[in-house]
Amino acid sequence: MLFKLESVKLDRGGEPVLKVLSARLPDGISAVVGPSGSGKSTMLRLLNRLSDPESGSVHFRGTDTRELDPLQLRRQVALVPQLPALLPGTVLENLRFAAGFTGAEPDPGELLNLAGLEASFADRDVKRLSVGEQQRAMLARAMATQPEVLLLDEPTSALDERTRDSIERTVAGLRRQLGTSIVIVTHDPAQAQRLADWVVKVDRGRLVREGPTREVLA
Amino acid sequence: MTGIEVTLGEVAASLVLVAVAVAISRWRRAGLEADIGIAVIRSFLQLTAIGFVITAIFDVDSLLLVVVLLATMVGFGAFTAGARAVGVPNALGPLVIALSVSAVATIGLTLALGIFPATPRYLVPVGGMVIGNAMTASAVALNRLGDEMRDQALAIEATLALGATSRQAAEPAVRRALRSGTITLVDSTKTTGLIFFPGTMVGMLLAGAEPIDAVRLQLILLYLLLGAVAISALVATTLAYRNFFTPAHQLKDLPDPGDEGGPGA
Repeated sequence: MLFKLESVKLDRGGEPVLKVLSARLPDGISAVVGPSGSGKSTMLRLLNRLSDPESGSVHFRGTDTRELDPLQLRRQVALVPQLPALLPGTVLENLRFAAGFTGAEPDPGELLNLAGLEASFADRDVKRLSVGEQQRAMLARAMATQPEVLLLDEPTSALDERTRDSIERTVAGLRRQLGTSIVIVTHDPAQAQRLADWVVKVDRGRLVREGPTREVLA
Repeated sequence: MTGIEVTLGEVAASLVLVAVAVAISRWRRAGLEADIGIAVIRSFLQLTAIGFVITAIFDVDSLLLVVVLLATMVGFGAFTAGARAVGVPNALGPLVIALSVSAVATIGLTLALGIFPATPRYLVPVGGMVIGNAMTASAVALNRLGDEMRDQALAIEATLALGATSRQAAEPAVRRALRSGTITLVDSTKTTGLIFFPGTMVGMLLAGAEPIDAVRLQLILLYLLLGAVAISALVATTLAYRNFFTPAHQLKDLPDPGDEGGPGA
């Protein structure tokens, strides 16, 4: 099993966000589905230790994440947040900055291609990208660290239908071409149906159902 | 040491200008009369008190007393700067260290280079200037650091999310904070003599010193302060950014992670 959450509890600002949540996420493409405020983004952040649960545990390939070096873990398991947040500068500078964490030598053309952008975007200032292009640059930047697993938080929530479709094709392509496992958080069950082999449905900080997509979202 | 005599009567006469300030405030309804009054009384009491303290230290001629006085200034300075660095958690520790390191390094270097002799008459005023400027610089730097960390929280966490260390993630914010703590003195040093006469030079000229001596001493102090300000801003920001992160390179006190509300979440 790629990830296993056991009785995870987490409060934020005194409010419980995750209440004894247990769930499993296998290799492949999985989707975490649930309404707004159900705790899905918070759950995603636990997977690469951007936060730790107050009680319960999170396991990555059988090891408790608290026993793993957070930096090593995040270099294997990269998270792309919902809102694009690139560093000031060019797209290329962003790619190099990320690749620097792992010592990888980025091939900007290839990375941008993977994310569905033309190679000429490398020299663009990030201030001059549309939201959809920024989202793709975020994807390319995450791929620059050559992660085994990609965690995507609502990657298409701010985009129009056409851009959404093309990002979805990119996500499916990453799985197909590189074998990257992907966990995608989405409020849209249809998106989960289009992309994911496995679905974890959460509501109000608890697991509702988990299993193969065709069973859970039937 | 030659000097000039200043009588209390002359000080009292300068209050005429304070009366002008009060009159302006009242006339234009700026509402500053009470503040001006407090400022006048506090400056009188504080400077008179420090005058007695300095006289006593000069009389005793004890370096230990100088160290005690400067350490007290570091304490007050750190506390004052901390009040301005509200956006930075537990800023007091970094500030105490920043002011201490800055004072020890600058004063130590000037003594080692033989610029000033190790006597209270030099150490007290120079130390006071160094600590005062270091305080302002580190307060400005940490205030900016707090703003940057809050404004850039999403970008900082986005880089943590790819395996950046907290140091790598905070580096752009730390750089801008260091810059804004230092830039004011750099700019005023550029225009010194053109747009304003710095205080030491004015004081020496008033006290009857040769202009060339006044200029040289002023230059020494300006260069000294540049070093002091850069050191204090560097130490304060380098220590303080850590307080925004947990040992596991997690950002503390996050803004909403997007799942609590927001149209698409």
